[in-house]
Amino acid sequence: MNDYRGIFADGLWNNNVVFAQMLALCPLMAVTSTATNGLGMGLATTAVLLASNVVVASLRHWIAPEVRIPVYVLLIASLVTLADMAINAWLHELYKVLGLFIPLIVVNCCVLGRAESFASRQPVSAAAADGLAMGLGLTLALVMIGACREILGSATLFSHASLLLGPAFTFLEITLIEDYRGFLLMLLPPGGFLVLGFLLAGKRVIERVAEKREVKEEFHCSVQ
Amino acid sequence: MSANSFAGAPHAHDRDSVPRLMGAVLLAILPATVYGFFLFGWPAFNLLAITVLVGLLCEAGCLWLAGRPIRPGVMDGSALLTGVLLALSLPPWAPWWIGAIGAGFAVVVGKQVFGGTGQNIFNPAMLARVMLLVSFPVEMTTWLTPHPWWSGTAPGWLDGWLITLGYSTATDGVTGATILGHVRTELGMNHSLGQILPGHYQAGAAALGWTGGSLGETAEWLVLLGGLWLLRRRVITWHIPVGMLGAVLVLASGFHLLDPQRFADPVLHLLSGSLMLGAFFIATDPVTSPIAPLGQIVFGVGCGVLVYIIRTWGGYPEGVAFAVVLMNAATPLIDHYIRPRAYGRTWSGKPRPVPARAKQSPLARKSGVDARD
Repeated sequence: MNDYRGIFADGLWNNNVVFAQMLALCPLMAVTSTATNGLGMGLATTAVLLASNVVVASLRHWIAPEVRIPVYVLLIASLVTLADMAINAWLHELYKVLGLFIPLIVVNCCVLGRAESFASRQPVSAAAADGLAMGLGLTLALVMIGACREILGSATLFSHASLLLGPAFTFLEITLIEDYRGFLLMLLPPGGFLVLGFLLAGKRVIERVAEKREVKEEFHCSVQ
Repeated sequence: MSANSFAGAPHAHDRDSVPRLMGAVLLAILPATVYGFFLFGWPAFNLLAITVLVGLLCEAGCLWLAGRPIRPGVMDGSALLTGVLLALSLPPWAPWWIGAIGAGFAVVVGKQVFGGTGQNIFNPAMLARVMLLVSFPVEMTTWLTPHPWWSGTAPGWLDGWLITLGYSTATDGVTGATILGHVRTELGMNHSLGQILPGHYQAGAAALGWTGGSLGETAEWLVLLGGLWLLRRRVITWHIPVGMLGAVLVLASGFHLLDPQRFADPVLHLLSGSLMLGAFFIATDPVTSPIAPLGQIVFGVGCGVLVYIIRTWGGYPEGVAFAVVLMNAATPLIDHYIRPRAYGRTWSGKPRPVPARAKQSPLARKSGVDARD
C-alpha cells in the first residue's frame, strides 16, 4: 500500500528521528561509542516505540484529550520498565553495557513525540508501522554514528557484537588496524557531535543532488 | 573618475587587509620560529612544513566544496598562519600525523565548518592543539632538550625526516620534561620548590630560550620582541596581552608571597610555557576576541586567570590553549554586555553634542564647501 511506503520513507529517511527531527540526541551521544552499543540501544528503543504506538493507537478513543500527556507518559513508562526488566533478564551482557540508558528511553522525546503526533490519531496498523519505521530509522542512525566513531576511535567495527546477538554473530567483529593507538576524542562526547554534524551535512548534500537530478529529469521530460 | 561614480563607505582606509595583517603577524613570529629551528633542527622544520601544507590543502578543499573562489581564500594567509601557530605549539619532534591531523582539524572543524575566515568561534590552532592533547597524550607530551645545529647531537636532514615520519623516535637521552611539567610532577611527590628548581631552572636560560618545549615556548624574548613590534604597528592593541600577562603576574606574585615553597615565582610563570606566545599572538586573534577595549581587558584577564588556575591546580602542566579556547567561548557573552561606544554617540546611545568650533570642518572651510553637503 502506498501509505505504508510513505510511512517507512518518512521513518528511515525524510523524517528520520535523528537526521531530520534532531531528537533522541542525549542517548545518541552517550551510547554510540561503538556500533554494537548503537544497535542495542536502537533495537530497544524500536521495541518500545512499536509497543507504545500500538497501545496509544488502540486506546486513542478512550483517552480524554485534556489528560492525554500524563496518560502517554504513564503508558510509555510502564513499557520502558518492561523492556528494562526483559533486557536485564535475557540480554544481561548488553544490559551491563547500556545500563542507565535503557530506563532513560522513557525521556526519549521521539517516543512521546510519535505517540502524540501520529499514534493518537491513526489506526493501530498504521501506528505500528510508524513505530517500526521510526525505530528502524533511529537504529540506522545510531549504528551509522556508532560505526564512524568506532572506526575512527579504536579501528574496530561491531566489537562485542557476539555479546549482544549471540556467538553466531562473532563474524561481525572486525578489527581494521591491529596496533591502532586510538583516537580518544572520537570516543568522547565531542566525537559524537562531530560525527553527527558531518553526517547531517552529508544527508543534506545527498538530498540536494537528488533534487537537482529531479529538476533536470523534469526539464528533459518537458523538452521532449 | 567620472563625476557620477560613487564609492561606498568607508572612505578613509589605512590599506589594512587580511593578507597584510596575516603577513605582519607571520613576520613578527618569524624570529622565534627560526630560533626554534636552530634549537630543534630539521624535524621541527619538517613538522612546520607539514602543518602549513595540510592546512593550505584543507583550506583549498573546503573552499572548493563550498563553491567559493579558491585563490583569494588560500592566498590570504590565514590558513598559513594557523599552520605556523599550530606547529609552534606542538612538540618539535612530533610525528607527521600529529601535524597533519592537527592542521586538518584546525582548518576544517576549527574554521571552515563555521563559514571560513572571520566566522570561527574558536582559535583554530588552539582548538586543534586541545584536540591533539586530549586524543594523543603520549605524543603530545614527549618534549626534548635543545639540540642545536652546531652541537653535533642534532639529527641530519635524512634523520630529521626519519624522526618526523616516525621511523626513529627520540631516545631517552634527548627527551626531558618542560619546566612546568617537571614542577608539577615533583610537587605531586611532596617535594618543595626549593628542592625542585635548583639545577633545573635558571630564569636567564628560560628567557633566552635554552629550555625544552614546543617551538614557540622557548625564546620568550624573541616572542616578546615580535609582540611589541605588532603593538607598534598597531596590528594588535595592548589590552589583551597586558590583561593576560598582568593577571598571571598578580596571581603568581600573590600566591608566591603566601607560600614560596608551594607556588612558583611569577618570573618562572611568565618565562615558561607558551604564555608569551599566547598573550601576544594567539589570544589577540581579532576574530575570536571581544570588540570593545574594556571587553578585551576582561578577555585577557580571564585568559590569564585560567592559565594560572590550570597550571597550579589543573590536570595539565600548561593551560594556555585551554584558557584561550574557554575564553573564546565566552567572547559572545562579553561582547553582549560590554559594547563599544557607537561612533558619534555617547555611552548611553545619545548623539554627542557638537562642539561649536567643529561645526564647520577645516577641510570644508578651506575648499569653501558647506560641511553639510
